Amino acid sequence: MSLVDLSTPTPARGFSLAQYAICLRGVVWREALRFLHQRERFVSALVRPLVWLFIFAAGFRSVLGVSIIPPYDTYVLYDVYITPGLVAMIQLFNGMQSSLSMVYDREMGNMRTLLVSPLPRWYLLTSKLVAGASVSILQVYAFLLIAYFWDIEPPTYWGYLTVLPALILSGLMFGALGMLLSSLIRQLENFAGVMNFVIFPMFFASSALYPLWRVQEGSPGLAFVCELNPFTHAVELIRFAFYGQINALSLAVVLGCTIVFLGAAIVAYDPSRGMLMRREG
Amino acid sequence: MTLPTETPPPGTSAPEPEAPAAALQISHVSHSYGKRKALDDVSFSVRPASFTVLLGLNGAGKSTLFSLITRLYGVRSGAISIFGWDVSRTPGEALRRLGVVFQARTLDLDLSVEQNLRYHAALHGMGTAETKARSADVLAKVDMLDRVNDKVRALSGGQMRRVEIARALLHRPRMLLLDEATVGLDVKARADILTHVRSLIESEGIGVLWATHLIDEVRDGDDVVVLHRGKLLDKGDVAEVCARAGAPGMGAAFNRLTGVDATEGN
Repeated sequence: MSLVDLSTPTPARGFSLAQYAICLRGVVWREALRFLHQRERFVSALVRPLVWLFIFAAGFRSVLGVSIIPPYDTYVLYDVYITPGLVAMIQLFNGMQSSLSMVYDREMGNMRTLLVSPLPRWYLLTSKLVAGASVSILQVYAFLLIAYFWDIEPPTYWGYLTVLPALILSGLMFGALGMLLSSLIRQLENFAGVMNFVIFPMFFASSALYPLWRVQEGSPGLAFVCELNPFTHAVELIRFAFYGQINALSLAVVLGCTIVFLGAAIVAYDPSRGMLMRREG
Repeated sequence: MTLPTETPPPGTSAPEPEAPAAALQISHVSHSYGKRKALDDVSFSVRPASFTVLLGLNGAGKSTLFSLITRLYGVRSGAISIFGWDVSRTPGEALRRLGVVFQARTLDLDLSVEQNLRYHAALHGMGTAETKARSADVLAKVDMLDRVNDKVRALSGGQMRRVEIARALLHRPRMLLLDEATVGLDVKARADILTHVRSLIESEGIGVLWATHLIDEVRDGDDVVVLHRGKLLDKGDVAEVCARAGAPGMGAAFNRLTGVDATEGN
């Protein structure tokens, strides 16, 4: 005997804005919870830039001079100079970590929980992106707190606030890049390639460790590559934002790259057009 | 066993289905991985409040079919609808009526049972009060209410499966898919899971599609769909399938249909 009245229609209900907000909150909450549970991940996310700051920058402080370039209006110590680069490095690693976790989730099945939600897939992926960026911002502020006791601080305390929009944007850009990569990587084992072909080249071929005018002196070709590198623009966006300024070119590049990477990731995860279905089986 | 149904016409909005719908309708679905055909013109339907066994050996195409139903893959050939809502054209309306238990475990091991359910509820836009009430309800149904605050990692395989079933029921689906839900479980846990799911048909009135390669999970009166190497070999209730195959029981019928002795190793 059927307990369901077959004459009962199943009307379309759609989703309210509140339901969209609940979904976003849930995805961010889950990501934060996972992050807090993985204390090793939190510690390693902090140790990496701190090693650069306390050891690398301290060692090179007297070797590498940095001339007065915008946004600085005076000579700055080398460790002050590389701090925005280290902040961007935290976000880059976090974006790649999210990518790694998406590949893992896809292999282990957790990702399916997200993808079979009835809400639109572009919204689910964007929520996941926002969640990852939020976690990266938590990491950045933890790093800046420690750096503060190393006498590295913006010219005014407002700098901690003015840098926030830049952190949101750069966090979204690196997260979107990670998401795109996760759709292209078939197996977890292939992820080591990301380290070699994405993280290291992006970080070293940028203005994170040395100003571009110095690179230009040494290698104009490399300087050109650095200027094309989105990581350079994320670093500069953060550097200027620390000083309450906007680098318009960097803002445009970071914004543009975020849109392109996210759009490509959404296409890649689209069930009818994406890469996933061609890779299974 | 099939109930013909019309899918809503394509359009930007989600129109209301006019006719009474099958819980799940698969119409001429094919799917390939490159040159390898995983599903070849598969059609069948699942009635509301019924238990249908999708029977096939490994490689039959069961998981591919589940991936198409749940829209992990896009349907390129044929159509799939849930209570009349086409999965490709109106995925939101189709998926909200669907609960899924995948073959691979999809719970987050580092979160508690309650946290896993809360995450799933958020993905379906369920508010806090509704989530709490509904979580208690579905966990009670699978006898897991006393483990609500435990980390999933601390649960046995059978308990994890029960939590996954509870999670799949959380948003009040009207159709439930389970892909090899008893794989890796001992005999008692298998029987418990099967009994739980069968009881849901009466208590919740939902349609169930149970994919398995284990013939002893089929009972008299069940609807059966026999899938082998991507092709649908037969469908109907157990008696019909056995009669057409000229076999005394489902095991023998399956062997005759597929030409493989599937009872070995069961």
